[in-house]
Amino acid sequence: MKLKAGIYWGAGCGGCDVAVLDVHEKILLVAEKMDLLFWPIALDFKYDDVRAMDDGEFDIVLYNGAVRNSENEEIAHLLRQKSKVMVALGACAHLGGLIGMANFHTKEDLLKRVYVDSESTVNEEGTLPQEYWEEAGIPLELPRLYGTVKTLDQVVDVDYYIPGCPPVPEQIVNALVAVWDGNLPPKGSVIGAGSRTLCDECSRTKEEKEITEFKRTSEVITDPEKCLLEQGLLCLGPVTREGCGSRCINSNVPCRGCYGPLEGVPDQGIRMLSALASVLEPKEEEAIDELISQIPDPLRTLHRFSVAASILRRKKI
Amino acid sequence: MSVRIGVYLCHCGANIAGKVDIDAVADFARGLENVTLVKDYKFMCSDPGQALIQKDLENKLVDRVVVASCSPLMHENTFRKTVERGGLNPYLFTMTNIREQCSWVHIDSDRTTEKAKDLVAASVRRAFLLEPLTKKEVPINPRTLVIGGGIAGIQAALDLAEAGKEVVLVEKEPSIGGHMAKFDKTFPTLDCSACILTPRMVSVGQHSNIELMSYAEVEDVGGYVGNFNIRVRKKARYVDSELCNGCGACWSKCPSSRVPRKGNVHEKLSLGPTTSIYMPFMQAVPAIPVIDRDTCLYFKNDSGACGICAKECERGAIKYDMTDEIVEFEVGNIIIAAGFKTFDPAKVKRYGYGRFDNVMTALEFEVMNCASGSTGGNILMADGSEPKSIGIVHCVGSRDSHYNEHCSRVCCMYSLKYAHLIKEKTDAEVYQFYIDMRCFGKGYEEFYDRLLSEDVRFVRGKVAEISKVPVTETEEGKLVVSVEDTLLGTVRRIPLDMVVLSTGLEGSETLPEIAKLCSVSVGKDGFLIEKHPKLGPVSTATDGVFVVGGCQSPKDIPDTVAQASAASSAVLSMITREKIEIEAATSEVDEDKCSGCKLCNTLCPYQAVKFDEEKEVSVVNEALCKGCGTCVAGCPSGAISAKHYEDRQIFAEIEGIFSGGL
Amino acid sequence: MSFEPKIVGFLCNWCSYTGADLAGTARIKYSPNIRSIRVMCSGRIEPTFIMKALYEGADGVLIAGCHPGDCHYQEGNYKALRRYRMLKKVLPDYGIDPGRIRLEWVAASEGEKFANVVDDFTEEIRNLGPLGIKEGLDEMMKDDVIPHHASGGEKGGDDNEA
Repeated sequence: MKLKAGIYWGAGCGGCDVAVLDVHEKILLVAEKMDLLFWPIALDFKYDDVRAMDDGEFDIVLYNGAVRNSENEEIAHLLRQKSKVMVALGACAHLGGLIGMANFHTKEDLLKRVYVDSESTVNEEGTLPQEYWEEAGIPLELPRLYGTVKTLDQVVDVDYYIPGCPPVPEQIVNALVAVWDGNLPPKGSVIGAGSRTLCDECSRTKEEKEITEFKRTSEVITDPEKCLLEQGLLCLGPVTREGCGSRCINSNVPCRGCYGPLEGVPDQGIRMLSALASVLEPKEEEAIDELISQIPDPLRTLHRFSVAASILRRKKI
Repeated sequence: MSVRIGVYLCHCGANIAGKVDIDAVADFARGLENVTLVKDYKFMCSDPGQALIQKDLENKLVDRVVVASCSPLMHENTFRKTVERGGLNPYLFTMTNIREQCSWVHIDSDRTTEKAKDLVAASVRRAFLLEPLTKKEVPINPRTLVIGGGIAGIQAALDLAEAGKEVVLVEKEPSIGGHMAKFDKTFPTLDCSACILTPRMVSVGQHSNIELMSYAEVEDVGGYVGNFNIRVRKKARYVDSELCNGCGACWSKCPSSRVPRKGNVHEKLSLGPTTSIYMPFMQAVPAIPVIDRDTCLYFKNDSGACGICAKECERGAIKYDMTDEIVEFEVGNIIIAAGFKTFDPAKVKRYGYGRFDNVMTALEFEVMNCASGSTGGNILMADGSEPKSIGIVHCVGSRDSHYNEHCSRVCCMYSLKYAHLIKEKTDAEVYQFYIDMRCFGKGYEEFYDRLLSEDVRFVRGKVAEISKVPVTETEEGKLVVSVEDTLLGTVRRIPLDMVVLSTGLEGSETLPEIAKLCSVSVGKDGFLIEKHPKLGPVSTATDGVFVVGGCQSPKDIPDTVAQASAASSAVLSMITREKIEIEAATSEVDEDKCSGCKLCNTLCPYQAVKFDEEKEVSVVNEALCKGCGTCVAGCPSGAISAKHYEDRQIFAEIEGIFSGGL
Repeated sequence: MSFEPKIVGFLCNWCSYTGADLAGTARIKYSPNIRSIRVMCSGRIEPTFIMKALYEGADGVLIAGCHPGDCHYQEGNYKALRRYRMLKKVLPDYGIDPGRIRLEWVAASEGEKFANVVDDFTEEIRNLGPLGIKEGLDEMMKDDVIPHHASGGEKGGDDNEA
């Protein structure tokens, strides 16, 4: 019997859905093994179709995107109820992702920035989106935008995580096949990725490190053979799970951390901060501060994908 | 698996109970998760108090123990032993400090009690996650490596050898003896240096327990206390030490010279033969010459011309094709006696060293005074004539923020010795230019008093300049010392024939390298850092590595010998133990998690975290690790953990602190 | 009632914990607001511990280690210093005053200094007021709920859109 599968996008960019499509001819394998009963971005299903299903009827649901509004949350609960296996697909569902960086701001500031202040916007009256509006007796509603971006597991119970922004298509197929074969690791595991950090699969040569300067990628012609961190680029490879195939690093771009940390590391950004600070060369306060000041926007750089999953979760207002 | 935590609260008489409401803390503790037993007692550290815990363990009532009493620095070991006697792994016990950092330091009784509760809750959470650890013992190899064959190394080696322990003594020069072998007399007794040193050198050379590797350098030190792996490079002497009998036929006919042929008396100063094949001095141990490749004609001419020494040697000991030899061996302890070097006075341009004839260093002056040296012990000017006046400038490169801040401790005394020798050997006038006279050792002040009556001029003041620009007729052709005489309160210009610069002591050139090999730190003064300046003067932060002599700080011969004997007795104490217990709470690497990023490898001060090139992961050498945990906090992947101080244990403590709803 | 700050201290075993013990032996009195956790070296203190302490309810975190040059493990305190400087730099992005964490060198002989540091830091945190990360999160997220509007069914307003 074919598996019943569903794919949903919460607050995401659609990149994860594209990654599913990017499995190319393996989509045939997927089609052979499972029926896709729900995939809003690609197929026309209604939420009511899902509501009509039995609890636990989905063998697997891949939820991508963070939980950013009330619709995301509502559907997350619904899909959890209707599925046997709930998978957080991609960095946003896993860690909050890039969208999680909204947690460094308030909802009000963001709305104002986007709908009033942005350079391409003319909005003299400062009109902002409303959750509820009645026009000629017809109610119009929008989901509520949340003040804090949440990871999927901060809202519902999650069985597995497939990391990445976006995840490697092959790995998505592997995860589906694992469900098909009933060959699943312990609940809570990260699947479709390696068990070490990226330096393990990175082919660059690595030496003992002592950092004397930080550079931006635009400021340096990188040596393709040598560890990027040793070239002054803030590469998050050491604190990031492997499995992506070193896509960025192979393009001379430092790892940005989308695969998240390993188990036992509760805070990717702060852990990298600790590791990085350990190998800075200076010993005097001023020299340390001077070196640190060379890192552009350190916290967002270290927490590009993971602030919503970090210990403090967001900026305190 | 359920965990049963026993909480034992100590009243410490009124020390704790007088401030902390023990009953309230006990009630609180009873309500904590996994706590199955709470007891309090007047003095938990007393025999009946300990018996309480032991009994509960023996009766299997609890399998984790929290003792809330004084500081762990006070009684952690006591209770670990208690717990062990009760049959529980001592690392399944943790201690809560509710005395030194609680009852003794706060005023408000209620708030102190609240704090005690929080601390107990933290310990209970921690106890829940504790893991049993096994203490490890490693055997101690009874053989010792001594690096450096000066008087420090000689003394240490002989002490150990006499005690029946094997020693490998590695000396980088062709002969042992160090600086002391260059001295004529020693202060303040004016003993003949050679007379007291040579017999010891000979003993080293002949002792069946000492393997002497001269003209050799330590290249690698691996392993850890009790089990060091040493690699030594024995440099090619080009003379077969098995065949050579030290007859001297080789150098007597050698046509080339190590010292400039056309040089003046001072430039030609030497203790041994000046030829290219030479012994550094005649009492050298081993008494085997070496060939100086840089000046030897055989090596300078590709054609291999010359070869005279080989022809002269009846025993065929000259081996031009000799190469460096690498030897590897194991030792249990290491004594670093790498010695010192003297300050290079050319750095102080205004003193004219290297520019003016007859401005010489203390060490050059020593060699000139040596009866077996090139001047036969006569004090001569560069042109060979006898000086009529000599100045001795103290503190050159010492006590000077431009060069070295430290006092070199020996210069005052050797300067006095020089004054005496000059007075003994010549009719010259002698000036001492000093900042303070530091004559602190046994018989030193008496020696200073003696010199005061030997018609030596003492000028208190730091020499500003030594020049050769005469202002008056009497200064014509002389070295003019400009100095502020701070006792007279006037600036003086003193014309002299010769000036000796009393150069200070610095760590030897090879010291940083040796320090790195042995995981010992070099201080900002350039000397090795001992474990504790007062209570650990010969041991170091690395177990099994000891420091003695001039590489630890400037010191005279009596102090050096005393320190050498201290180090050898420390080593003997280690050897006698046969085994040593090593820290159980070390770091460990989860090889399945380590990605080989190499961020951790520079963090360990003991080089315990090495990269295994084959497995491509970092590994912790538990015998070297002291459990500081710096590497753990530096590991981005969480592959390194600190046993007994794991992340999750500390997290639990933090949670515990706030669990009581403070 | 006046605000009593909650402070977590991370003390290195050899200098600062010993110094804190000395304050006790000398019966020097200081504010009872601090709860200390002993680690072997200030180099063991991960910034993550500090974040965790702030999250759990600390209003301030004190890190104390041996003076530079005096570290029992040679250089652990320099690593602590660098991590501290970097953490201080990023705390404002979390909306936290960097004054809420403090690094002090306290030698084993400096019982009085330890007491003074705790008193001074407690006052400083008292002036900064409560941090309340958890409470703040709850407060900030209290409107992050599925709304129920006048016309909407129980499920909210997007029944038929997907």
